[in-house]
Formats: sequence, C-alpha cells, structure tokens
Amino acid sequence: MSTTEQEQLLLTGLAKSDKSSVEAIYRENYAIIQSFILNNNGTIDDARDIFQEAMVVLYEKSKDTTFSLHCQIRTYVYSICRRLWLKRLQQLSKYSSQVESLEEIVPVEEEVEEHEKRNTDFLLMEHAMSKIGEPCKSLLDAYYLQKKSMQDIAAEFGYTNADNAKTQKYKCLVRLKKLFFSQYKNA
Amino acid sequence: MDELLLIETVERYLSGEMTPQERSFFEEVRKKTPEVDQMVVEHTFFLHGLEKYSNLKSFKHSLIETEAKLMEDGVIKEPSIHGKARIIQLWSKYKRSMAVAASIALFISVLTAGLNIAYNNQSKQNDFISLKRELTKDIKEGIKKEVGSRLDTASHIRQKTPITDHGKYVGTSFLIDGKGYLVTNYHVISSMKNIYVGNNKGDSYYAEVVYTDNASDLAILKITDTSYKTIINLPYSIKRANSDLGEQFFTLGFPRNEIVYGEGYVSAKSGNDGDSLAYQLTVSANPGNSGGPVINKNGEIIGIITAKDAKADGVVYATKSKNIFRMLDELKKADTTAPLIKTPSGNGLKGIERTQQVKKMEEFVFMVVGN
Repeated sequence: MSTTEQEQLLLTGLAKSDKSSVEAIYRENYAIIQSFILNNNGTIDDARDIFQEAMVVLYEKSKDTTFSLHCQIRTYVYSICRRLWLKRLQQLSKYSSQVESLEEIVPVEEEVEEHEKRNTDFLLMEHAMSKIGEPCKSLLDAYYLQKKSMQDIAAEFGYTNADNAKTQKYKCLVRLKKLFFSQYKNA
Repeated sequence: MDELLLIETVERYLSGEMTPQERSFFEEVRKKTPEVDQMVVEHTFFLHGLEKYSNLKSFKHSLIETEAKLMEDGVIKEPSIHGKARIIQLWSKYKRSMAVAASIALFISVLTAGLNIAYNNQSKQNDFISLKRELTKDIKEGIKKEVGSRLDTASHIRQKTPITDHGKYVGTSFLIDGKGYLVTNYHVISSMKNIYVGNNKGDSYYAEVVYTDNASDLAILKITDTSYKTIINLPYSIKRANSDLGEQFFTLGFPRNEIVYGEGYVSAKSGNDGDSLAYQLTVSANPGNSGGPVINKNGEIIGIITAKDAKADGVVYATKSKNIFRMLDELKKADTTAPLIKTPSGNGLKGIERTQQVKKMEEFVFMVVGN
C-alpha cells in the first residue's frame, strides 16, 4: 500500500473516531509537535493541548466529504499546530522572536478560524448543558451522546414506560434550547 | 404542553417517521403558518448543533483516553537529554533551583540532626503533648485577635509557624499573573513586616504588598526576587460569575509545612452573617488555609478561603472570586501608574483527572510566611 493510501485509510478511520486510527496518528505526529512547542517558549502541557486541538480540526475535516488532503497528515497537523501556537503566543503577548519553522507548511488560516467558531459553539452548548441540572443532563446525555434507546433510558432512570421518558426528554430539550438560544443571541 | 407537542411533531418530521399523509399535512401547515416554519428551522439548527456537540464531546473523550494510554506507554514524555549543548543549557536553566534545593537539603539535614538530639533527650509522650498544647494556644490567640472584627463568630484562619525563624504567621496564596502577582487574604499579611512565599517545589522568594482590600479581605502581593522567572501559562482561570449551591471544588493550602489537599461543596451563597461577598463552604480547613484557592472541576478559581466558624464543624467561609476583579479595577483607579495585572485564562485543568489537576496546580500555590 502506498503512503497516500495508508493516510487516506487513517483519515477514514478518524472520521469514525476509530481508536486505532486516532492512536496511530498520535504516535506518528506527536513528537514533532512537542519539540516544536518546547523550542518556542511552550511547555509539555501546551504541546498536549495544542496537539489535541489540531486533532479536533483534522477530525472535523475528515468527516467533511468534500475535503481531500493535498499533503501528508504530518504537514497538515504541523501547520495547524504552528498556526494555533502562534495565535496563543500573540494572545499572551509573548510573540517576541520569530517562530522557528524548518518543516514544510501549508496555509491553514481558514481551518483555524472555523475551529475557533466551532469551539465557541461547543462551549455555548456545554455551558447550557451544565446549567440544565439533573436529571435533565443525564437524560439528554444518555439519549443524544450515548445514543441509548428510550426503553433503556426509561429502565435506567426509573420511568414507568418509554413514553414517560420521552415526554421528560422533550421537556429537558425545551429547557436546553431556551438556555442555548438565550446565550447564542448574546454571544 | 403545546410546545412539547410541536417539538415532538417537528422531530418526527425531521427524522422521517411521519406517514406520507401526515407529512403532506404538516408541510401544508408549515407553508401557511410562518411560526411553525420558523420553529422547524430553529429546531433543525439546534438539533444539528447538539449532534455536533455530542460527536465532538465523545471524540475529545477518546483523545484524552488515547493520550493517557500513550503516556503510560512512554510515547508522550518529557524530552530526554540529547548531546552536550543540551546539558549545559539545562544546567544553566536549573542552576538556581539546584542551589535552592541544595541549601534546603542542607538546612533540613542540620534541622533533623538538631531535632534528633532534642528528641533523644525527651520521652516520646512529652513531646507529643507539648506540640498539642501549643497548637491549642495558637488557635485561641487567633480567636482573641479577631474579636470585634468583621467576623465576630469566625476565627480567622492563621497560624504561627514552627518552621522558619523569620516567620510568625503562615497563610496560603496563589498566582494570578505569571509575572509574580499573588492573591492572599488581607488578614494573613496585615501584620507582616517582611513577607516570604514558597511553593511545594521548594522555590521561595521575597514578596511585597501591592494592594489591600479590607472589605473583601483580599490582598495582592508581588514577588520581588530577581531570581523569580515569569510563568507564561497558568493552567487555571478565575470565575467572574457566582457559583451555584452544591458546586463541588477542591482546595490547596498550607495548614502544615507541606501542601494539603481538601474537597468540599458550596453550601450557601453568602458568608458569615449574610455577607454577600463570600460563600459558605463545607470543607475541612485549618489554620494556614487562609488565602488558599477554591477550584472547581473545570479549573476555575471560584473563591479564596478566609475563615471558619469556631463553633460549628466544617463551616468555612470563602471570599467570592469576582472580588479579585473588583479589587484589580480599584487598583487601576487608585493608581494609574500601577502595572497591568492580567488574570489567567488557562483551561489546562479541564477534563482531566483530579490527581492530574492537583499536580498541575500545586506549584502555583504558595505558602506565605512573615513576621
């Protein structure tokens, strides 16, 4: 199998958040990112943080059917991390010397901007989730995140039947929606 | 109830569970009533958002798991030393810490030797009793000092130090700016002339008071030692909003000469005597905990431990974290030449296990010692 085919396979796996693909990409690419961040005023924690963010960008891209990678995964991840780290340094007004870049890079401005937008949305939803309280949080979590069936949920949460659980779920959803949109309009 | 029914209908419409007749009927309704149409659009958008959120959340979870696994396997690790140049660089970087560590080691070995001699001259029992008595005396003194102050029934948590010669009182503080700005309680430093701070790693520095706020019982300290190196990225942030009842947190402080961890929850939204600047917490705190950070699970500082009720068990008061922002604003107004203090906004503690959170956090929590 050629490298390109292997990488394509990894991306397909990543789109399904397949564990072995995630791990393979981690193993291949983490070290270079860590040395980049450490050489540019960062700590190992920064490196872990930035790398995870880049993984999220790659994950979202891999799910996008119109997306095709025109370079190696390594180059792409490196470019994203570099851009993210530059931004972080600027925010901390620590951007003094030029950031070292021996690696090949590709333009990733758009991706990083999209990523920031997605992050805000994610935080908004997470905030709304954290505010609805129990049992709503667990209920919605079970249905939308863990994709459990209404029967299972009814049994687990002690509702007499699936219909009752469903009504409760809708009530919770309405609350979550109100919380979400009240912030969304402010943001 | 109407809204619920509508949502249910919209969800069935979106998921394609409707019969063709139902569907055409609903589409008719949708065309005629703009409100329903709006609702469908809005709900689609919302469900889409929720789905993205849940996908991303589970992906992030698997990332954290993978990372943990790779750390165990040793794929992710601190860089090892390569070549000569690297060694020199590390040596010059840690020279100072080594010197501090060496002097501390020397100090401790002398102290242990001294203690050993003293210990051998006394019986075990006597030593134990005398220690206990002294501590009781300290607490009583602490209470006496605070009579007539803002908190009548509460004894400010402050401790006489047994460790250093120059220290009479001990409290806790934590960094709010990597440039060396710390927050602690006003009552911790109010009668200190010379202030020293030290963390669990053994770094210790001189510090001076930059600003105090008696009302919220807060003070800002600045490390003045030239050996202090600016920390770029503090992993935690400070919460502006009020915390909810029942919010769980952990604390770090120096009731002993070693950093001590505590856990608890917010039990009331006001402090002693309805004090709206503070929370009531249920946590174990002892003399020396004053000025310690109260940190929630997301790594946000929600308060600063101030006092405990001398009469009741486990009733502790903490100044709300938003007072820090208020104090910084006041500082800006009072002194236009004052340096700009940037509060941290890190989220390095989010989504990781508690033991890891504490490991990341503890070097930024300092013991305050002074006379």
